Amino acid sequence: MVKSESKIIVVTSGKGGVGKTTTSAAIGAELARRGHKTVVVDFDIGLRNLDLIMGCERRVIFDFVNVIQNDANINQALIKDKRQENLFVLPASQTRDKDALNQEGVERVLTELKKDFAFIVCDSPAGIERGALMALYFADEAVVVTNPEVSSVRDSDRIIGVLNSRTKKAEQNQEVKKHLLITRYSQNRVQRGEMLSVNDVQEILAIPLLGVIPESTAVLNASNHGIPVTLGTPSDAKIAYQNAVAMLLGEEPLDASQKGWKSKLLGGLRLFNRSPA
Amino acid sequence: MSIFSKILGLSPNRKSAKVARERLQIVVSHQRIDEGDNDFLPRLRHELLTVICKYVKVDKDQVNVQLQRTGSCSVLELNITVPTAQESSLTANNINVY
Repeated sequence: MVKSESKIIVVTSGKGGVGKTTTSAAIGAELARRGHKTVVVDFDIGLRNLDLIMGCERRVIFDFVNVIQNDANINQALIKDKRQENLFVLPASQTRDKDALNQEGVERVLTELKKDFAFIVCDSPAGIERGALMALYFADEAVVVTNPEVSSVRDSDRIIGVLNSRTKKAEQNQEVKKHLLITRYSQNRVQRGEMLSVNDVQEILAIPLLGVIPESTAVLNASNHGIPVTLGTPSDAKIAYQNAVAMLLGEEPLDASQKGWKSKLLGGLRLFNRSPA
Repeated sequence: MSIFSKILGLSPNRKSAKVARERLQIVVSHQRIDEGDNDFLPRLRHELLTVICKYVKVDKDQVNVQLQRTGSCSVLELNITVPTAQESSLTANNINVY
C-alpha cells in the first residue's frame, strides 16, 4: 500500500558545489529525527558522495543501479542509519555507464520506496543531464539550493525552468512546489555590499524562501565526520537547517508575516556572526 | 575620483553586490525568453508566408521575422518586401508583443 502522505522531494541546483548533498543529508536526517520515516536517494551515478556525507560509506554493498537492474532488491540496498532509526540511505553506484538510470527503473524503485517511507529525498547531481533530470522528474516538491553568487543564481533559474517543464507534474499540468534555500550566506559580507542579499536572490528567482543557511565552519566539520549537519554539534547552520525543515513541514506561523520570521532569522545570523563558531 | 564618474557608477568602490544583481537581472530575463519561446519563430515565419502568399506574390526570402528585446518589452518585427509591380501596397509592419 502506498502511503498517501508519501512525498518525493528533490534537492537540486544546476550548479555543482553549492551544497546539494549537504542539504539532502541535513534535511533527510532532520525529517527522520522528527519521526518521519525518510530515505535519501543518491542520484549522482558515478560520483557517489552522499554515503560519505552521511557516514555510511563502509556499509555500501548494493546500490541504486543494482536495484534498477534487478541484481538486488530494495531492502538489500537500503542502508539504515545508526543514529536515527527512521533514516535510510540508498547509495548511488560508481558505474561509469551514463545510461544506468532509466525512467521506468527509477519509477519502479520510487514506487517501491513510497510503500515504506513518508519522505523520499532525491539528491540530484549537478548539471541538467540525465541524472539530474531523473532526480527531478517524479518530484512533488523541490528544494533549489543557491549560493548568493552570480553563477549559482543563474543556474538555479535554469533549473527552475526545467522544474516547470520537464517533470511528471508539469506533464499533468500540475506544479512542482518549489522552495528556495540559500546556502553559504554571510550577513557581514551582505552588509558590506559584497554579497547578494536574501532579497536580491529571492527577487530574481521569484520562488518562496525556505531558509538561509549561514556560511559556517560546522558544515565542513560535519562532513569530515560523516554526520549530517542537523545531527551534529550545535551551530548556526544546524539551527537554520532545522528551521528550514520546520518550514518544509508547514510549521511556520501561518500569517505571522514572513517578514517577522525572516528578520528574526537574520537577527540570529548577525548574533552568530559576531562570535566565531 | 571625480564626482561625475561616481554618479555614472564607474567608481571602483561601487558595491559589487549591486553590480551582480544588475547583471543577473539581465541574464535571467534573457534566459527565460530563450527557454522555449524562441522556437516559435521559424513556425511563425512559415505560417505568415503561407497566409501572405494567398494574397500577394512574395519571394520566400523576402519575409524577415525578428524578435528584438528592449528593456521591459519585446518587439516582433516583420519585414516583407513586396515586388513593386504588384497592385497591392503591403509594406513593412510592426507588431508589438508585450
